[in-house]
Amino acid sequence: MNHAADAELFGAPGSRTARAPISALRQELGVIHALWLRDTLRLIRERSRWLGLVAQPLMLWGILGAGFADSFHIPGYEDVSSLQYMFPGILGMVLLFTSIFSTMSVIEDRQSGFLQGVLVVPASRASLVLGKTAGVTTIVLVQSALFMLAAPLAGYAWGAVHWGTLLAVILLANTALTCANFVFAWVLNSTQAYHALMSVVLMPLWMISGAMFPPPSGWFGVVVAANPMTYGVAGLRAALGVPAGDAPSLAVSLAVLVGSAGLSLVAAIAATRRR
Amino acid sequence: MTAPVLQVTGLAHRFGAREVLRSVDLSVESGEVFGLLGPNGSGKSTLLNLLTGSIPLSAGEVRLDGVLLRPESRELRRAIGVVFQSPSLDGKLTVRENLRLVATMYGLTGAARRDAEERGLALARLGDRADSRVQELSGGMKRRLDIARALLPAPRVLFMDEPTAGLDEVSFRALWEHLEAANRRDGVTIVVSTHRPDEAARCSRVAVVDQGTIVRVATPAALCAGLARDRVVVGASDATGLAARLTAALGVDAAAVGDEVHVGCDDGHVFVPRLFEVAQPGEVRTVAVRRPDLADAFLALTGRSLESDTTGEAA
Repeated sequence: MNHAADAELFGAPGSRTARAPISALRQELGVIHALWLRDTLRLIRERSRWLGLVAQPLMLWGILGAGFADSFHIPGYEDVSSLQYMFPGILGMVLLFTSIFSTMSVIEDRQSGFLQGVLVVPASRASLVLGKTAGVTTIVLVQSALFMLAAPLAGYAWGAVHWGTLLAVILLANTALTCANFVFAWVLNSTQAYHALMSVVLMPLWMISGAMFPPPSGWFGVVVAANPMTYGVAGLRAALGVPAGDAPSLAVSLAVLVGSAGLSLVAAIAATRRR
Repeated sequence: MTAPVLQVTGLAHRFGAREVLRSVDLSVESGEVFGLLGPNGSGKSTLLNLLTGSIPLSAGEVRLDGVLLRPESRELRRAIGVVFQSPSLDGKLTVRENLRLVATMYGLTGAARRDAEERGLALARLGDRADSRVQELSGGMKRRLDIARALLPAPRVLFMDEPTAGLDEVSFRALWEHLEAANRRDGVTIVVSTHRPDEAARCSRVAVVDQGTIVRVATPAALCAGLARDRVVVGASDATGLAARLTAALGVDAAAVGDEVHVGCDDGHVFVPRLFEVAQPGEVRTVAVRRPDLADAFLALTGRSLESDTTGEAA
């Protein structure tokens, strides 16, 4: 359908001169670009806030790693120190925290009216989700790069890190986490409920992902194996060059990560369509 | 014969068992400033939310330039701009950055995007505040920026939901001069919901909305035309009692509205002395004589006050 309105898009005030209509694809890319730009601008504007989301896990890593230095003995990890063991898990925590706090803005945006302005743009809901994910991805990549500066302190030489694998794992895990949190934020639509979900579901899932201790066998092991975050942490471990002995292999981890990223992306788009 | 820019027929909506809108028909001509006047809870916000696709349409039809469209369709969204009750701005970002986001969102890049930013700054008259964060702006400035945001893609129709809520008198007048200029310059059609009679008075036509229906659509002058020439407003301790006594003794059209008695009469100066013959000593606190406005027209049409909702802040 092509009525006069298309031609009048972006006519300058004072003139009703027709401009070329914006194509549907450019419109979708525009929304993705704009939402990415917004998160990037806010990253620059609120540097200290986002740095805090790297510094806090690093501090936790230092305290726990140093504190457990003498008592940390895991069969099969005789030459791995507690600092080294926990480092990939803490990187996972950076990913988790960042996706939680950046998707929180979805709730604020709905209440402030910003989101209404985005929804009235003639673009699809998928672009809304993709734009948000792109924004969080940029923040996470900057934070991961900063975090990896500390890798040698944990006993991971930069030269020995599989950077390509690390990038792939971070991108997939971040997409899975961000889209899943997007669904929670959209459905709950309340910061209090979202905070509750974070402490009751998301943090415990991280703790039993192999981030802090290897999964024991028995029923607990089953829970750990069913936890998608386990595969994110296992992937990070493998990328850092010290794969966990009995944890899922890199191939399995990547497969699960691709699956969870795809599923949560679809779920997030479906959630926004439902309003 | 050109079709009206916006035509609504048989629109209805219910929230659960509550019927919020009943068989609404509207026709808005191109270039009009069209007002939806009603108290809070009358259904005018729901009507705007339906027309802009914020709530899915369950009954009725919407036509744009004669073409039948779903309000949530891209064709319709391409032709409209919306100013919501709370501004669609990111307070943490600067004025210019917010405009950049909007231009980018509508698919502009490079020089075209920068052009749009400049146009938005000029439109909002915020050139000197381009690098201020939006959260540091006054309420009036935020509204101007939000309106510039909505006008940036040059929409055919600009919808506004109570755009001057919370603004002081000076900002109110400045904002309307601003809107009227945009309307004259670009011919953008404006549909605005309000509970303020002075705001509705600035519209070319007004739909009186009450309890989910449109009671009447007319120019502000026509809406006021049937009213008596003077309006005497009497502040009294027992408004209901005084209104009844005035009607009985003087045969005037007196009605209690809150703690005031409203009397419509053609000769206010004749009525006022006679008022004191009927009122008890000390009963009358204030007396004012003024020309009737759209609040009076609303009262006459619906029997209800525009300020009937406690959240209202009418002028």
